[in-house]
Amino acid sequence: MRNFDYKLPTSLNELTDMLSHGGHTARLLAGGTDLVVAMRGGRMTPEVVIDTKHVEELNELSFNDHTMILGASVTCRKVCRNPQIVKHFPALIDCATLIGGTQIQNRATLGGNLCNAAPSADTIPALIVLKAQANICGPHGSRQVPVETFCTGPGQTILEGNEILVSFSIPLPREHEGAFFIRFIPRNDMDIAIANAAASIVIASSGETIIEGRVAIGAVAPTPLYVSDVEPVLSGRPIADDVIAQAADIARQSARPITDMRGTVDQRKHLTHVLVRRALNGAVNRARGND
Amino acid sequence: MNDYVIPEKLRVVGTTPIRPDGHDKVTGRAKFGDDFHLPGMLHGKVLRSPHAHARIKSIDTSHAETFPGVHAVVTAADFPKISSNVIDAGEAGQIDMQDVADNCIAREKVFYDGHAVAAVAADNAHIAEEAANLIQVDYELLDPVMDVRSAMADNATVLHDNFLPGAFLAPTEKALPNASKLELAMGDVSAGFDEADIIIEREFTTETVHQGYIETHIVTAQWGANGMVTVWTTTQGQFAIRDQLALVLELPMSAITVIPLEIGGGFGGKDSIYIDPLAVVLSKQSGRPVKMVMSRAETLRATGPSSGTYIKARLGVKIDGTLVAAEFHGAYEAGAYSGGPVAPGVSTALTRYNIPNVKIEGYDVLVNKPKVKPYRAPGATPSNFAVETMIDELCRELKLDPVEFRLHNALKTGDRLVLGFPCPEIGGVEILKAVQNHAHYQSDIGGPHRGRGLAYGFWFGAGLPSSADLMVNSDGTVQLCSGSPDMSGTRITLAMQAAEALGIEPNDIFPSVGDTASVGYSFQTVASRTTFATGIAVYQAAQDILAQMAERAALIWQIATDNILIDGGRFVNKTNVQQCFTFKELAGKLVGTGGPIAARALASPEGVGFQITAHLVDLAVDTETGKVDILRYTAFQDAGKAVHPDFVEGQIQGGTVQGIGWALNEEYFYDGAGHLKNTSLLDYRMPTILDVPNIEAVILERPNPGHPYGVRGVGEVPIVPPAAAIANALYDAVGIRMNTLPMTPAKILDKLNSITD
Amino acid sequence: MNRQQVTATINGEHKEFLCEPRQSLLEVLRDELFLTGTKEGCNDGNCGSCNVILDGTLVNSCCIFGVEANGGHITTIEGLSKGNELHPLQQTFLEGTGMQCGFCTPGFLIAASALLDENSEPTEEEIRHWLVGNLCRCTGYDKIVKAVQDAALILRERAL
Repeated sequence: MRNFDYKLPTSLNELTDMLSHGGHTARLLAGGTDLVVAMRGGRMTPEVVIDTKHVEELNELSFNDHTMILGASVTCRKVCRNPQIVKHFPALIDCATLIGGTQIQNRATLGGNLCNAAPSADTIPALIVLKAQANICGPHGSRQVPVETFCTGPGQTILEGNEILVSFSIPLPREHEGAFFIRFIPRNDMDIAIANAAASIVIASSGETIIEGRVAIGAVAPTPLYVSDVEPVLSGRPIADDVIAQAADIARQSARPITDMRGTVDQRKHLTHVLVRRALNGAVNRARGND
Repeated sequence: MNDYVIPEKLRVVGTTPIRPDGHDKVTGRAKFGDDFHLPGMLHGKVLRSPHAHARIKSIDTSHAETFPGVHAVVTAADFPKISSNVIDAGEAGQIDMQDVADNCIAREKVFYDGHAVAAVAADNAHIAEEAANLIQVDYELLDPVMDVRSAMADNATVLHDNFLPGAFLAPTEKALPNASKLELAMGDVSAGFDEADIIIEREFTTETVHQGYIETHIVTAQWGANGMVTVWTTTQGQFAIRDQLALVLELPMSAITVIPLEIGGGFGGKDSIYIDPLAVVLSKQSGRPVKMVMSRAETLRATGPSSGTYIKARLGVKIDGTLVAAEFHGAYEAGAYSGGPVAPGVSTALTRYNIPNVKIEGYDVLVNKPKVKPYRAPGATPSNFAVETMIDELCRELKLDPVEFRLHNALKTGDRLVLGFPCPEIGGVEILKAVQNHAHYQSDIGGPHRGRGLAYGFWFGAGLPSSADLMVNSDGTVQLCSGSPDMSGTRITLAMQAAEALGIEPNDIFPSVGDTASVGYSFQTVASRTTFATGIAVYQAAQDILAQMAERAALIWQIATDNILIDGGRFVNKTNVQQCFTFKELAGKLVGTGGPIAARALASPEGVGFQITAHLVDLAVDTETGKVDILRYTAFQDAGKAVHPDFVEGQIQGGTVQGIGWALNEEYFYDGAGHLKNTSLLDYRMPTILDVPNIEAVILERPNPGHPYGVRGVGEVPIVPPAAAIANALYDAVGIRMNTLPMTPAKILDKLNSITD
Repeated sequence: MNRQQVTATINGEHKEFLCEPRQSLLEVLRDELFLTGTKEGCNDGNCGSCNVILDGTLVNSCCIFGVEANGGHITTIEGLSKGNELHPLQQTFLEGTGMQCGFCTPGFLIAASALLDENSEPTEEEIRHWLVGNLCRCTGYDKIVKAVQDAALILRERAL
C-alpha cells in the first residue's frame, strides 16, 4: 500500500477544512471495510485519509416527532442495537445485519455504504424506500437530496469537490406502514448480492388496500434503482398476488443488469421479480403488524 | 507385505487424549509460517504476470533496484538453468524439475495469470510491493488455452513444444500437443455392453477449485556465510521442499536445512516449492534473511488448484441390476505443466463396484492455469460425481433401491481391480448395510422440494517412506520425532501408537516434527498416510526400543534375553517372575548399563487399507431462486481402527464440508482473456458456518491387516462423494439431473426452467 | 517515512509504539508488537483470522489502520487466558477438538468470546450467525459450535 497522511478531525469544520486542503487526493475513512481493502488492492491511492469517526455530527443518532437523524458514521452494529430503529425501521435491520459478518457490522457504516456507491450496496434500497434524505455539507453550504439521486454510477456520487455526507434524515413510519429488504446470494451469508430489493408499503386501516408503495432494487443497474413506475401500480389497489406480481414485473423491466462472475443478466432479472414480490409481501406483513 | 496380528484389546489406541500442541494453538503461541522472525530480516514480494499466456521479451528491473529500501531484485536470470532433472516425488509421481523451476519463476514464457516473473527484497513488505510494481516487463501476448476441450482441439495453441508426460500415480504418454494419455482396461468391454439390457452415456464438466487453506504460503530463508541455506516454512513435506530447492538451485541437498513450522492447512496444496527458491536467492544477494508471504490473491492466482475436468462415461447394466460394462473417459486439467491427478481420478472412478468389463482412458491436459496440485483424494471427486449420478439414474430406471443396487455390485475383498491386483480387505458391504440400518435412511424427508441423495465413494491412500525416532529419557519419558508435518493432530496419533507399543501413557511421550537435518527421510504428509505409514515407523522403532530394553534387563539380571517377557510396559524375568521392571524403572537404569537407548525406523509400508465411504444427504431447494439448503448429512466411513475417534470424526466432517463447497459454490472464474476474477475469499465461496449443518460421522472399523493396530487412512475419502450425493438429492427434490460442478443457484434455476418450459 | 505515535492498552498493558499510517492494526500487532497469535488469512475482512476486540467490539484487525487504534483498548488471543489459566473457550476447543490445523483458532476464540460476553446462553443458530465471518477449512465447523456451547455452559455454571 502507498503511504499517506492520516488525519483525525474532531469537528465538522475541521473535517471540511482538512478535506479542502487535501484536495482530490483525500478520502474519508469511516468503518474502513471498503476503503482499506481498496487501498490495499491499489484501486484507491489517496495521499490523505481523514477519519470521520470522531466528528459529532457524523455520529448523531436522534429522533424528533417526525424524523430520525442517522449520522453517516454510525455503524451497522449501533443501528441494529438501537431499540427505536428496531421498532420503527425493521427494513434497516434487515440490511444492516447482512453486511459481512459480525466483525464487519461492528465497523461498517450506512454512510460509507452509500458513498462507496456499489450497485449491489445492501443498505441503499432500504434507505430509498424509507424516503431517506442525504444531508450534505460542503464549502458552499448544506443541501439535502433524496438517497435515490445520490449514486450516479458504480463508485460515483453526486458529491462535488469537498462535499461530505453528514447524515440521513428518515421520516418515521406512518400508521400501517411496513418496509422490508431482501437479497439473493449463493451462500447463506458473506456474499455480495446477486440482486436485492426493498419495498415499503402503507396500507389502509382495513388492512386490504394499498395507499402507497415504493420499491427499490440493487445489483441490477449501474446504481441502486428506485423503481418509481411501481408506485402508480400499487396506489389504491387491493393487496393481492396479481397486484404484487404486476409491481414485480415492472421492477424486472426496469432492471438493466450485466453478466459478471456473480450472476447473469437473465438470472438477475428473474431474481428481481422474485425478490420484489417477496419484499412487497414482507412489507405488507409488517404493515399489518404481523412481524 | 506384512499381515499383522492385531491385538483384540487396545489400551491407548481408540481413546481421545488431548493433543500436546493444542495448548499453544489456543493461546496464540504456536509458530506458524509468518510467526517466525529473524533479526535484520527483509521482506520479499513477487511481481506476477497479468497475462495468462505470453512470451517475455524483456524485463527492466532498474527502477526497482534504485527504489529506497530495496536490497535485492531477482528474475529467472539469477537462477541456474538446470539440465533436465526428473525426480520421484511420491504421490506426485515423476516430475520434471525444469518445470518446477519454471513454475517458481518464469524464464521464457508466462503460462498463467499470476505466474511469478521477478521478486524484490526490501526493508518491509510495502516497499517491496511498491518496488516490484516498478519492474517493467515487455510481453508478447499469446492466445490462452483455458479448458481441456479447447486444449485438446485441433489447431489449439500449444503451451510447451516439449514436455515430460505426467506421472501422478501412473505414467501417461504424450498423445496430443497439449495432452498425454493413460489407458486401463479389464475384460472385454464391447462384449460387456452386448450383454447389457440398459446402457446410458452421459457427459460432465467440473470447474477448477482451490484447496483453500486459511494460512497462505510463507517462507523465510537465510543464506549462511558458509553457503549453507536454512529455510523455515509452512509445508506438508520438509524433505520435498529441501530436495526440490537443491535441484532447482543446484545445491547439495546436505547444504540445505528445511525447518517445518506449524502449518495452517494444506489439503495437498503445500507439498512443493513456490516462493521458496526466490527467498533463498534474495537472501543470497542481499546478505540478509528474507521472509516472503503470499497474499490471498497470490495464493488463489498462483498456487494449488485442483483440476477442472471434462468427463464422458458409459455404463451397461442388466435388468436385474448387475453392472456388466463401463467405459470412462476423463480429461483433467494439469495446469501450466503436466502431471495432474488424472490417473487417481480415472482409476477410482469405478473402483468400489465389481464390473467385469471396463475400459478407462484419461488425459492430462495442459491449460493456462496454475500447475494443479493434489487436493484431498486428488481427482476422485469429479469422477465420482459422474459415475454416482449415473448409478442413481440407473437405480431409478430399474426401480431398484440405491443401497441394494450398490450392495449387489459392491467390490469385495479379493475382487480384481482395474489396476491389475486383487482388492485388499475392504468393508464396503458393512458400510452400505450401516446406511440401511441408520435412522437417517429410515426417516421421512417431509416437505415440498426436499430430496435425499446417496453416493458411495472410494480412495486408495498410500504408504510411501516415513521415518520416526524414539529416544528413552532416564525418567521413563520418551521423545518421539517424526519427519511428518502435523496438519491436524498426528503428533498425538503417533504418540498414542508409541504409547500403545511401549506400554506407557501418551502423556509420557513428547512428539515433535523434525527438520531435515535431524530426522530420517520422510515423504510429505499426504495421501492419508501419516497415522498409517508414519505410525508403522513409530511401531517399528518402538519394537526396537523394547528389544534393546529387554537386553538391558537381561544384562541386569544376568539371564538370556530370550528369558525376558515384555508385557504391557513391564519387563519380567521368565525364570523368576518376582523380578520385574516397569518401563520407568528400567529407563532409569539405562545410563548405568551401557548408555541411553534410541531407535530409528524408516518404513515404506505397502499394506495400505483402502478407504470406503457412503454419504447420505437431505436438502431443500428454493425453486424460485435455485438456492440449495443442506438439511441433514450423514457420512459413513470405514476407519480400519480409529486411533483418535474425535480426530477421525473431524477428518470426515472437514472433508465432507470441502466436498459440499465443491458441489455447490466453489469455482475459479476466468474471463475470456484468462484473468482470474475471483481472487478473494469473498468471491471464491467456501462454505461458512451457516452453510452446513452438523455432519454426522458414523465410523465403522474393519481392521486393515497391513497395520499393527488395523489403521486405514481416513483423511481423503470424505471429499469424494458429497457432490454426487447432493446431485442425487437434487434430482429427488425437484427432478433435475445436474451434470456440472459447481451446482450453483444459476445453473439449478436454468435446469428448473428448462424442464418447465 | 511519517511514523506516528500510537498509545493503546493491549491485553491490559499500556503500550506506546510508532507506526506508519498504512500499517493495519494486524500488521502493527504482529510486526511491531510481536503479538503473532492474531493471524492473517485473507487481509480483506473475509475470514476472521485476524479478529481482536477493540473497545468492546469484535473487529477484523486487517481492515483497521494501526493509527485508528490510538487510545483504544485491545484484547488479542494472547490476552484471552488469565496467566496460565485458560479461558473456558480455550479449554473446550482443546478438549472438544474444535480445531485441526489451529490457524483460524485464535480468530474463532476471540469472536466466540465476544459472543459469550454479551450472550451467555446462545443457541446453535445464534452461534452460527455470530461466527459467519470466521472461515475454517479443516473442521466442518460442528466441533467449533459444540465447543462454544460447552464453554457457555462452563461460564454459566461459574456464574452461579
